[in-house]
Amino acid sequence: MSKQSFSALSLMWRGLSRHRGWQQQWRKPKPKPRYDAIIVGGGGHGLGAAYYLAKEHGFNDIAVLEKGWIGGGNTGRNTTIIRSNYLFNESAALYDHSLKMWENLSQVLNYNLMFSPRGVMMLAHTIHDIQVIKRHVHANRCNGVDNEWLEPAEAKAFCPPLNIENNIRYPVLGAALQRRGGTARHDAVAWGYARAADELGVDIIENCEVTGIRRDVSGAVEGVETTRGYIQSRKIGVSAAGHSSVVLKLAGVRLPLESFPLQALVSEPVKPVFPCVVMSNTIHAYISQSDKGELVIGAGTDAYTSYTQRGALHINMHTLDAICELFPAFRRLRMLRNWGGIVDVTPDRSPIIAKTPVPGLYVNCGWGTGGFKATPGSAHLFAWTIARDEPHPINAPFTIERFRDGVLIDEAAAAAVAH
Amino acid sequence: MLLIPCPYCGERPEIEFTHGGEAHLIRPAPPAAVDEETWSQFLYMRTNLKGAYAERWRHARGCGKFFNALRDTTTDHFIAIYKAGEPKPA
Repeated sequence: MSKQSFSALSLMWRGLSRHRGWQQQWRKPKPKPRYDAIIVGGGGHGLGAAYYLAKEHGFNDIAVLEKGWIGGGNTGRNTTIIRSNYLFNESAALYDHSLKMWENLSQVLNYNLMFSPRGVMMLAHTIHDIQVIKRHVHANRCNGVDNEWLEPAEAKAFCPPLNIENNIRYPVLGAALQRRGGTARHDAVAWGYARAADELGVDIIENCEVTGIRRDVSGAVEGVETTRGYIQSRKIGVSAAGHSSVVLKLAGVRLPLESFPLQALVSEPVKPVFPCVVMSNTIHAYISQSDKGELVIGAGTDAYTSYTQRGALHINMHTLDAICELFPAFRRLRMLRNWGGIVDVTPDRSPIIAKTPVPGLYVNCGWGTGGFKATPGSAHLFAWTIARDEPHPINAPFTIERFRDGVLIDEAAAAAVAH
Repeated sequence: MLLIPCPYCGERPEIEFTHGGEAHLIRPAPPAAVDEETWSQFLYMRTNLKGAYAERWRHARGCGKFFNALRDTTTDHFIAIYKAGEPKPA
Protein backbone atom coordinates (compact mmCIF):
# COMPACT_ATOMS: atom_id res chain seq x y z
CA MET A 1 0.00 0.00 0.00
CA SER A 2 1.52 3.32 -0.94
CA LYS A 3 1.61 5.72 1.93
CA GLN A 4 -0.21 8.98 1.79
CA SER A 5 2.35 11.62 2.70
CA PHE A 6 1.32 14.33 5.14
CA SER A 7 2.48 17.93 4.86
CA ALA A 8 0.96 21.36 5.52
CA LEU A 9 0.27 21.62 1.80
CA SER A 10 -1.45 18.20 1.55
CA LEU A 11 -3.60 18.94 4.60
CA MET A 12 -4.69 22.26 3.07
CA TRP A 13 -5.41 20.59 -0.26
CA ARG A 14 -7.61 17.92 1.38
CA GLY A 15 -9.40 20.64 3.32
CA LEU A 16 -10.13 22.60 0.17
CA SER A 17 -11.23 19.47 -1.72
CA ARG A 18 -13.95 18.61 0.82
CA HIS A 19 -11.87 16.00 2.65
CA ARG A 20 -12.29 13.44 -0.09
CA GLY A 21 -9.42 11.10 -0.86
CA TRP A 22 -8.15 10.38 2.65
CA GLN A 23 -6.77 6.85 2.68
CA GLN A 24 -7.05 4.18 5.33
CA GLN A 25 -3.87 4.45 7.37
CA TRP A 26 -3.30 0.77 8.00
CA ARG A 27 -4.80 -2.44 6.62
CA LYS A 28 -7.06 -4.85 8.54
CA PRO A 29 -5.38 -8.12 7.53
CA LYS A 30 -6.45 -11.63 8.48
CA PRO A 31 -3.79 -13.48 10.46
CA LYS A 32 -1.46 -15.65 8.35
CA PRO A 33 -0.56 -19.16 9.60
CA ARG A 34 3.02 -18.16 10.40
CA TYR A 35 5.24 -15.13 10.91
CA ASP A 36 8.97 -14.56 11.47
CA ALA A 37 8.14 -12.57 14.60
CA ILE A 38 5.03 -11.81 16.63
CA ILE A 39 4.57 -8.86 18.95
CA VAL A 40 1.84 -9.33 21.56
CA GLY A 41 0.32 -5.97 22.43
CA GLY A 42 -0.61 -3.15 20.06
CA GLY A 43 0.26 -0.14 22.15
CA GLY A 44 2.99 2.36 21.33
CA HIS A 45 5.75 0.07 22.65
CA GLY A 46 4.57 -2.97 20.66
CA LEU A 47 3.78 -1.17 17.40
CA GLY A 48 7.10 0.67 17.68
CA ALA A 49 8.97 -2.60 18.20
CA ALA A 50 7.35 -4.05 15.05
CA TYR A 51 8.27 -0.90 13.15
CA TYR A 52 11.95 -1.02 14.20
CA LEU A 53 12.15 -4.78 13.55
CA ALA A 54 11.02 -4.12 9.98
CA LYS A 55 12.93 -0.89 9.50
CA GLU A 56 16.28 -1.63 11.11
CA HIS A 57 16.59 -5.40 11.36
CA GLY A 58 15.27 -6.57 8.00
CA PHE A 59 12.27 -8.54 9.28
CA ASN A 60 9.57 -8.42 6.64
CA ASP A 61 7.06 -10.86 8.09
CA ILE A 62 5.80 -9.57 11.41
CA ALA A 63 2.42 -9.50 13.14
CA VAL A 64 1.25 -7.32 16.01
CA LEU A 65 -1.55 -9.04 17.94
CA GLU A 66 -3.83 -6.75 19.93
CA LYS A 67 -6.71 -8.07 22.00
CA GLY A 68 -8.66 -4.79 21.78
CA TRP A 69 -7.98 -1.92 19.44
CA ILE A 70 -4.55 -0.37 18.93
CA GLY A 71 -3.59 2.34 21.38
CA GLY A 72 -6.67 1.57 23.51
CA GLY A 73 -4.68 0.53 26.55
CA ASN A 74 -2.17 2.62 28.43
CA THR A 75 -1.00 4.42 25.28
CA GLY A 76 -4.37 6.15 25.20
CA ARG A 77 -4.74 6.51 28.96
CA ASN A 78 -1.60 8.24 30.18
CA THR A 79 -0.89 11.93 30.85
CA THR A 80 1.65 12.18 27.98
CA ILE A 81 4.55 13.52 30.03
CA ILE A 82 8.01 13.08 28.51
CA ARG A 83 11.23 13.57 30.50
CA SER A 84 14.51 11.80 31.16
CA ASN A 85 15.75 13.24 34.46
CA TYR A 86 16.15 9.91 36.27
CA LEU A 87 18.77 9.45 38.97
CA PHE A 88 20.72 6.33 38.09
CA ASN A 89 23.13 5.98 35.15
CA GLU A 90 21.22 3.02 33.67
CA SER A 91 17.88 4.86 33.78
CA ALA A 92 19.29 8.14 32.50
CA ALA A 93 20.79 6.31 29.51
CA LEU A 94 17.50 4.51 28.81
CA TYR A 95 15.14 7.46 29.11
CA ASP A 96 17.46 9.92 27.38
CA HIS A 97 17.82 7.49 24.47
CA SER A 98 14.06 7.76 24.19
CA LEU A 99 13.90 11.53 24.62
CA LYS A 100 16.43 11.99 21.81
CA MET A 101 14.24 9.83 19.57
CA TRP A 102 11.13 11.89 20.41
CA GLU A 103 12.86 15.01 19.12
CA ASN A 104 12.63 14.03 15.46
CA LEU A 105 10.05 11.22 15.59
CA SER A 106 7.34 13.26 13.83
CA GLN A 107 9.67 13.70 10.85
CA VAL A 108 10.80 10.06 10.88
CA LEU A 109 7.22 8.74 10.89
CA ASN A 110 5.81 11.59 8.74
CA TYR A 111 3.08 11.90 11.38
CA ASN A 112 2.50 14.91 13.60
CA LEU A 113 3.01 13.61 17.14
CA MET A 114 2.66 17.16 18.50
CA PHE A 115 5.83 16.67 20.55
CA SER A 116 6.15 19.83 22.59
CA PRO A 117 9.32 20.21 24.70
CA ARG A 118 7.71 22.83 26.91
CA GLY A 119 9.71 21.97 30.03
CA VAL A 120 9.00 19.67 32.97
CA MET A 121 9.28 21.23 36.41
CA MET A 122 9.50 19.10 39.58
CA LEU A 123 8.70 20.93 42.80
CA ALA A 124 10.48 20.79 46.15
CA HIS A 125 8.42 21.37 49.31
CA THR A 126 10.73 20.30 52.12
CA ILE A 127 14.42 20.51 52.99
CA HIS A 128 14.68 16.84 52.14
CA ASP A 129 13.10 17.49 48.73
CA ILE A 130 15.65 20.22 48.05
CA GLN A 131 18.52 17.86 48.82
CA VAL A 132 17.10 14.99 46.77
CA ILE A 133 16.18 17.17 43.80
CA LYS A 134 19.58 18.91 43.76
CA ARG A 135 21.19 15.49 43.83
CA HIS A 136 19.09 14.55 40.82
CA VAL A 137 20.12 17.75 39.03
CA HIS A 138 23.83 17.04 39.58
CA ALA A 139 23.53 13.35 38.68
CA ASN A 140 21.63 14.23 35.50
CA ARG A 141 24.21 16.79 34.44
CA CYS A 142 27.01 14.24 34.97
CA ASN A 143 25.08 11.98 32.58
CA GLY A 144 24.61 14.73 29.99
CA VAL A 145 20.89 15.09 30.77
CA ASP A 146 19.77 18.70 31.09
CA ASN A 147 18.26 19.65 34.43
CA GLU A 148 18.58 22.85 36.42
CA TRP A 149 17.67 24.15 39.85
CA LEU A 150 15.21 27.05 40.10
CA GLU A 151 14.54 29.24 43.12
CA PRO A 152 10.82 29.79 43.87
CA ALA A 153 10.69 33.16 42.05
CA GLU A 154 12.30 31.60 38.98
CA ALA A 155 9.82 28.73 39.12
CA LYS A 156 6.97 31.25 39.26
CA ALA A 157 8.43 33.13 36.28
CA PHE A 158 8.52 29.88 34.30
CA CYS A 159 5.01 28.85 35.37
CA PRO A 160 2.94 31.95 36.31
CA PRO A 161 -0.10 30.12 37.78
CA LEU A 162 2.12 28.59 40.48
CA ASN A 163 1.48 29.72 44.05
CA ILE A 164 4.81 30.36 45.79
CA GLU A 165 3.38 32.06 48.90
CA ASN A 166 4.42 30.44 52.16
CA ASN A 167 0.86 30.32 53.53
CA ILE A 168 0.13 26.85 52.17
CA ARG A 169 0.73 23.54 53.89
CA TYR A 170 3.63 22.58 51.61
CA PRO A 171 5.09 25.83 50.23
CA VAL A 172 7.23 25.70 47.09
CA LEU A 173 10.88 25.93 48.13
CA GLY A 174 12.33 25.48 44.65
CA ALA A 175 12.14 23.29 41.59
CA ALA A 176 14.13 21.30 39.08
CA LEU A 177 13.49 22.09 35.43
CA GLN A 178 14.22 19.85 32.47
CA ARG A 179 13.67 22.13 29.50
CA ARG A 180 13.89 19.30 26.93
CA GLY A 181 11.00 17.51 28.61
CA GLY A 182 7.38 18.09 27.64
CA THR A 183 4.36 16.35 26.17
CA ALA A 184 3.19 14.65 22.96
CA ARG A 185 -0.12 13.53 21.50
CA HIS A 186 -0.50 9.99 22.83
CA ASP A 187 -2.96 8.60 20.24
CA ALA A 188 -0.82 9.93 17.42
CA VAL A 189 2.10 7.85 18.69
CA ALA A 190 0.13 4.62 18.26
CA TRP A 191 -1.35 5.72 14.93
CA GLY A 192 1.98 7.01 13.59
CA TYR A 193 3.82 3.79 14.41
CA ALA A 194 0.92 1.67 13.12
CA ARG A 195 0.86 3.47 9.81
CA ALA A 196 4.64 3.38 9.39
CA ALA A 197 4.84 -0.31 10.39
CA ASP A 198 1.95 -1.24 8.10
CA GLU A 199 3.71 0.38 5.18
CA LEU A 200 6.72 -1.86 5.84
CA GLY A 201 4.42 -4.90 5.62
CA VAL A 202 3.65 -5.48 9.32
CA ASP A 203 0.23 -7.11 9.85
CA ILE A 204 -1.63 -5.30 12.63
CA ILE A 205 -4.30 -7.69 13.88
CA GLU A 206 -6.83 -6.22 16.28
CA ASN A 207 -9.43 -8.10 18.35
CA CYS A 208 -7.00 -11.00 18.60
CA GLU A 209 -6.25 -12.13 22.15
CA VAL A 210 -3.43 -14.54 22.88
CA THR A 211 -4.80 -17.48 24.87
CA GLY A 212 -1.86 -19.87 24.82
CA ILE A 213 1.84 -20.12 24.01
CA ARG A 214 3.00 -23.39 22.40
CA ARG A 215 6.51 -24.68 23.00
CA ASP A 216 8.46 -27.45 21.27
CA VAL A 217 10.29 -30.34 22.97
CA SER A 218 13.39 -28.20 23.57
CA GLY A 219 11.20 -25.69 25.42
CA ALA A 220 11.47 -22.98 22.77
CA VAL A 221 8.36 -21.17 21.61
CA GLU A 222 6.78 -22.31 18.37
CA GLY A 223 3.58 -20.28 18.20
CA VAL A 224 0.60 -18.70 19.93
CA GLU A 225 -2.99 -19.77 20.33
CA THR A 226 -5.29 -16.82 19.79
CA THR A 227 -8.99 -16.08 19.63
CA ARG A 228 -8.46 -15.96 15.85
CA GLY A 229 -6.67 -19.30 15.59
CA TYR A 230 -3.18 -20.74 15.98
CA ILE A 231 -0.29 -18.66 14.62
CA GLN A 232 3.20 -20.08 14.29
CA SER A 233 6.34 -18.10 15.11
CA ARG A 234 9.76 -18.80 16.61
CA LYS A 235 10.15 -15.29 18.02
CA ILE A 236 7.50 -13.80 20.29
CA GLY A 237 7.86 -10.41 21.96
CA VAL A 238 5.38 -9.61 24.71
CA SER A 239 4.65 -5.93 25.21
CA ALA A 240 1.40 -6.23 27.13
CA ALA A 241 1.80 -3.68 29.96
CA GLY A 242 -0.59 -4.50 32.83
CA HIS A 243 -1.33 -7.93 31.35
CA SER A 244 2.31 -9.03 31.02
CA SER A 245 2.00 -11.44 33.96
CA VAL A 246 -1.10 -12.97 32.39
CA VAL A 247 0.56 -13.54 28.99
CA LEU A 248 3.88 -14.79 30.37
CA LYS A 249 2.06 -17.21 32.66
CA LEU A 250 0.93 -19.00 29.49
CA ALA A 251 4.58 -19.97 29.01
CA GLY A 252 5.11 -20.73 32.68
CA VAL A 253 7.21 -17.61 33.38
CA ARG A 254 6.69 -15.74 36.66
CA LEU A 255 7.47 -12.03 36.71
CA PRO A 256 8.25 -9.59 39.52
CA LEU A 257 5.16 -7.55 38.67
CA GLU A 258 1.98 -6.37 40.34
CA SER A 259 -0.76 -4.69 38.29
CA PHE A 260 -2.48 -1.65 39.75
CA PRO A 261 -5.11 0.76 38.41
CA LEU A 262 -3.60 4.20 37.75
CA GLN A 263 -6.02 7.07 37.24
CA ALA A 264 -5.96 10.32 35.33
CA LEU A 265 -8.51 13.06 34.77
CA VAL A 266 -9.04 16.16 32.66
CA SER A 267 -10.77 19.44 33.35
CA GLU A 268 -13.17 21.30 31.08
CA PRO A 269 -11.22 22.98 28.27
CA VAL A 270 -10.00 26.52 28.89
CA LYS A 271 -7.82 28.99 27.00
CA PRO A 272 -4.04 28.49 27.23
CA VAL A 273 -3.20 29.13 30.88
CA PHE A 274 -0.54 26.60 31.67
CA PRO A 275 2.77 26.79 29.79
CA CYS A 276 4.65 23.73 31.02
CA VAL A 277 4.41 20.44 32.90
CA VAL A 278 4.51 20.59 36.71
CA MET A 279 5.04 17.57 38.94
CA SER A 280 5.23 17.30 42.67
CA ASN A 281 6.21 13.91 44.01
CA THR A 282 5.84 14.98 47.62
CA ILE A 283 2.23 16.14 47.52
CA HIS A 284 1.38 14.16 44.40
CA ALA A 285 0.37 16.52 41.64
CA TYR A 286 1.00 16.05 37.93
CA ILE A 287 -0.46 18.64 35.60
CA SER A 288 -0.14 20.03 32.10
CA GLN A 289 -2.52 21.50 29.53
CA SER A 290 -3.40 19.74 26.30
CA ASP A 291 -3.72 21.57 23.01
CA LYS A 292 -7.49 21.10 23.30
CA GLY A 293 -7.31 23.24 26.45
CA GLU A 294 -8.07 20.57 29.03
CA LEU A 295 -5.86 20.45 32.08
CA VAL A 296 -4.48 16.92 32.12
CA ILE A 297 -3.99 15.67 35.67
CA GLY A 298 -2.31 12.48 36.74
CA ALA A 299 -3.52 10.81 39.94
CA GLY A 300 -1.98 7.94 41.83
CA THR A 301 -2.31 4.19 41.80
CA ASP A 302 -4.93 2.45 43.90
CA ALA A 303 -3.73 0.52 46.93
CA TYR A 304 -4.70 -2.91 45.62
CA THR A 305 -3.88 -4.98 42.53
CA SER A 306 -6.66 -5.03 39.97
CA TYR A 307 -7.40 -5.39 36.25
CA THR A 308 -10.56 -3.27 36.27
CA GLN A 309 -9.29 -0.10 34.50
CA ARG A 310 -11.06 2.01 37.09
CA GLY A 311 -10.18 3.22 40.53
CA ALA A 312 -11.50 4.95 43.59
CA LEU A 313 -12.51 8.61 43.70
CA HIS A 314 -10.49 9.41 46.81
CA ILE A 315 -7.30 8.84 44.81
CA ASN A 316 -8.31 11.63 42.42
CA MET A 317 -9.43 13.90 45.26
CA HIS A 318 -6.02 13.55 46.88
CA THR A 319 -4.35 14.90 43.74
CA LEU A 320 -6.92 17.66 43.31
CA ASP A 321 -6.28 18.84 46.87
CA ALA A 322 -2.64 19.38 45.94
CA ILE A 323 -3.48 21.03 42.59
CA CYS A 324 -5.88 23.48 44.26
CA GLU A 325 -3.23 24.55 46.76
CA LEU A 326 -0.50 24.95 44.18
CA PHE A 327 -2.71 26.62 41.57
CA PRO A 328 -5.52 28.50 43.35
CA ALA A 329 -6.81 29.81 40.00
CA PHE A 330 -8.00 26.28 39.13
CA ARG A 331 -10.22 25.85 42.19
CA ARG A 332 -13.42 26.60 40.30
CA LEU A 333 -12.61 24.51 37.24
CA ARG A 334 -14.88 21.55 36.66
CA MET A 335 -13.44 18.15 35.95
CA LEU A 336 -14.69 16.66 32.70
CA ARG A 337 -13.83 12.98 32.91
CA ASN A 338 -11.59 10.46 34.64
CA TRP A 339 -10.39 7.01 33.75
CA GLY A 340 -7.94 4.31 34.75
CA GLY A 341 -5.31 2.15 33.13
CA ILE A 342 -3.63 -0.99 34.44
CA VAL A 343 0.06 -0.49 35.12
CA ASP A 344 2.58 -3.26 35.77
CA VAL A 345 4.84 -2.20 38.60
CA THR A 346 8.21 -3.78 39.43
CA PRO A 347 9.67 -3.72 42.96
CA ASP A 348 12.38 -1.22 41.92
CA ARG A 349 10.11 0.80 39.58
CA SER A 350 12.43 0.18 36.64
CA PRO A 351 11.29 -1.70 33.54
CA ILE A 352 12.28 -5.08 32.14
CA ILE A 353 13.35 -5.27 28.47
CA ALA A 354 14.87 -8.69 28.20
CA LYS A 355 15.02 -12.29 27.12
CA THR A 356 13.04 -14.68 29.28
CA PRO A 357 14.13 -18.16 30.44
CA VAL A 358 12.08 -19.53 27.49
CA PRO A 359 14.05 -19.49 24.19
CA GLY A 360 12.42 -17.24 21.60
CA LEU A 361 10.24 -15.44 24.14
CA TYR A 362 11.06 -11.81 24.95
CA VAL A 363 9.39 -9.38 27.30
CA ASN A 364 9.10 -5.61 27.54
CA CYS A 365 7.21 -4.81 30.72
CA GLY A 366 7.35 -3.25 34.15
CA TRP A 367 7.04 0.34 32.92
CA GLY A 368 4.70 0.95 35.81
CA THR A 369 3.34 4.47 35.97
CA GLY A 370 5.81 6.03 33.52
CA GLY A 371 6.03 4.14 30.25
CA PHE A 372 4.74 6.68 27.74
CA LYS A 373 7.89 8.81 27.79
CA ALA A 374 9.95 5.74 26.93
CA THR A 375 7.86 4.61 23.95
CA PRO A 376 10.33 5.16 21.07
CA GLY A 377 13.44 4.16 23.01
CA SER A 378 11.82 1.09 24.53
CA ALA A 379 10.45 -0.04 21.16
CA HIS A 380 13.81 0.48 19.51
CA LEU A 381 15.72 -1.50 22.16
CA PHE A 382 13.10 -4.26 22.31
CA ALA A 383 13.32 -4.73 18.53
CA TRP A 384 17.12 -4.99 18.84
CA THR A 385 16.80 -7.58 21.61
CA ILE A 386 14.34 -9.70 19.61
CA ALA A 387 16.27 -9.48 16.35
CA ARG A 388 19.71 -10.30 17.76
CA ASP A 389 18.63 -12.50 20.65
CA GLU A 390 20.76 -10.36 22.93
CA PRO A 391 20.16 -7.01 24.63
CA HIS A 392 21.44 -3.66 23.39
CA PRO A 393 24.02 -2.22 25.85
CA ILE A 394 21.41 0.34 27.02
CA ASN A 395 18.82 -2.27 28.05
CA ALA A 396 21.32 -4.92 29.17
CA PRO A 397 20.88 -4.00 32.89
CA PHE A 398 17.07 -4.21 32.66
CA THR A 399 16.77 -7.99 33.03
CA ILE A 400 14.44 -10.21 35.04
CA GLU A 401 17.51 -11.75 36.70
CA ARG A 402 18.50 -8.47 38.35
CA PHE A 403 16.08 -9.33 41.14
CA ARG A 404 17.82 -12.65 41.75
CA ASP A 405 21.31 -11.16 41.45
CA GLY A 406 20.64 -8.12 43.63
CA VAL A 407 21.47 -5.50 40.98
CA LEU A 408 18.29 -3.47 41.24
CA ILE A 409 17.97 -0.12 39.47
CA ASP A 410 16.15 1.35 42.38
CA GLU A 411 14.33 4.40 41.03
CA ALA A 412 11.62 3.62 43.59
CA ALA A 413 13.97 4.58 46.40
CA ALA A 414 15.40 7.46 44.35
CA ALA A 415 12.06 9.18 43.81
CA ALA A 416 10.26 7.82 46.88
CA VAL A 417 7.05 7.53 44.85
CA ALA A 418 5.79 5.75 41.81
CA HIS A 419 6.64 7.86 38.79
CA MET B 1 -13.70 3.13 47.16
CA LEU B 2 -14.02 -0.48 48.26
CA LEU B 3 -16.16 -1.51 51.22
CA ILE B 4 -14.02 -4.11 52.93
CA PRO B 5 -15.53 -6.64 55.33
CA CYS B 6 -13.02 -6.86 58.18
CA PRO B 7 -13.62 -10.25 59.90
CA TYR B 8 -13.29 -8.51 63.30
CA CYS B 9 -15.05 -5.15 62.78
CA GLY B 10 -17.43 -5.63 59.85
CA GLU B 11 -17.67 -3.55 56.67
CA ARG B 12 -15.47 -0.46 56.66
CA PRO B 13 -14.31 1.94 53.91
CA GLU B 14 -11.09 1.14 52.10
CA ILE B 15 -9.18 4.15 53.50
CA GLU B 16 -9.09 2.42 56.89
CA PHE B 17 -7.04 -0.42 55.38
CA THR B 18 -3.65 -1.04 53.92
CA HIS B 19 -3.09 -3.65 51.24
CA GLY B 20 -0.59 -6.34 52.15
CA GLY B 21 0.04 -7.90 48.75
CA GLU B 22 -0.23 -11.53 47.74
CA ALA B 23 -1.21 -13.97 50.50
CA HIS B 24 0.21 -17.40 51.32
CA LEU B 25 3.82 -16.57 50.42
CA ILE B 26 5.93 -18.67 52.72
CA ARG B 27 9.27 -17.33 53.85
CA PRO B 28 11.96 -19.89 53.04
CA ALA B 29 14.08 -21.15 55.92
CA PRO B 30 16.74 -21.40 57.24
CA PRO B 31 17.93 -18.12 55.65
CA ALA B 32 21.58 -19.11 55.22
CA ALA B 33 20.68 -22.31 53.40
CA VAL B 34 18.32 -20.70 50.89
CA ASP B 35 19.69 -20.04 47.40
CA GLU B 36 19.24 -16.79 45.46
CA GLU B 37 16.61 -18.20 43.13
CA THR B 38 14.37 -19.22 46.03
CA TRP B 39 14.87 -15.86 47.75
CA SER B 40 13.98 -13.94 44.59
CA GLN B 41 10.83 -16.05 44.17
CA PHE B 42 9.76 -15.20 47.71
CA LEU B 43 10.79 -11.54 47.70
CA TYR B 44 9.91 -10.38 44.21
CA MET B 45 8.01 -12.82 41.98
CA ARG B 46 4.23 -12.52 42.18
CA THR B 47 1.33 -14.46 40.72
CA ASN B 48 -0.45 -11.17 39.88
CA LEU B 49 -3.49 -13.20 38.95
CA LYS B 50 -6.36 -11.97 36.80
CA GLY B 51 -9.31 -13.57 38.60
CA ALA B 52 -9.81 -14.84 42.15
CA TYR B 53 -6.70 -13.57 43.93
CA ALA B 54 -5.76 -14.35 47.54
CA GLU B 55 -4.38 -11.24 49.18
CA ARG B 56 -3.61 -9.79 52.60
CA TRP B 57 -5.25 -6.72 54.09
CA ARG B 58 -4.56 -4.94 57.35
CA HIS B 59 -7.22 -2.93 59.14
CA ALA B 60 -4.52 -0.39 59.97
CA ARG B 61 -6.79 2.48 61.01
CA GLY B 62 -9.13 0.12 62.86
CA CYS B 63 -8.41 -3.03 64.83
CA GLY B 64 -4.89 -3.26 63.37
CA LYS B 65 -5.23 -6.92 62.50
CA PHE B 66 -4.12 -8.68 59.34
CA PHE B 67 -6.56 -10.91 57.50
CA ASN B 68 -6.84 -12.54 54.08
CA ALA B 69 -9.31 -12.02 51.28
CA LEU B 70 -10.18 -13.72 48.05
CA ARG B 71 -11.03 -10.96 45.57
CA ASP B 72 -11.87 -11.10 41.88
CA THR B 73 -9.33 -8.72 40.30
CA THR B 74 -11.51 -8.34 37.20
CA THR B 75 -14.44 -6.88 39.17
CA ASP B 76 -12.95 -5.99 42.60
CA HIS B 77 -15.73 -8.00 44.30
CA PHE B 78 -14.74 -9.82 47.47
CA ILE B 79 -15.45 -13.55 47.16
CA ALA B 80 -14.38 -14.59 50.65
CA ILE B 81 -12.78 -13.15 53.78
CA TYR B 82 -10.83 -15.36 56.17
CA LYS B 83 -8.49 -14.97 59.08
CA ALA B 84 -4.70 -15.08 58.81
CA GLY B 85 -3.45 -18.63 59.20
CA GLU B 86 -6.59 -20.21 57.81
CA PRO B 87 -6.32 -22.08 54.50
CA LYS B 88 -7.43 -20.42 51.27
CA PRO B 89 -11.11 -21.22 50.58
CA ALA B 90 -11.55 -23.59 47.63
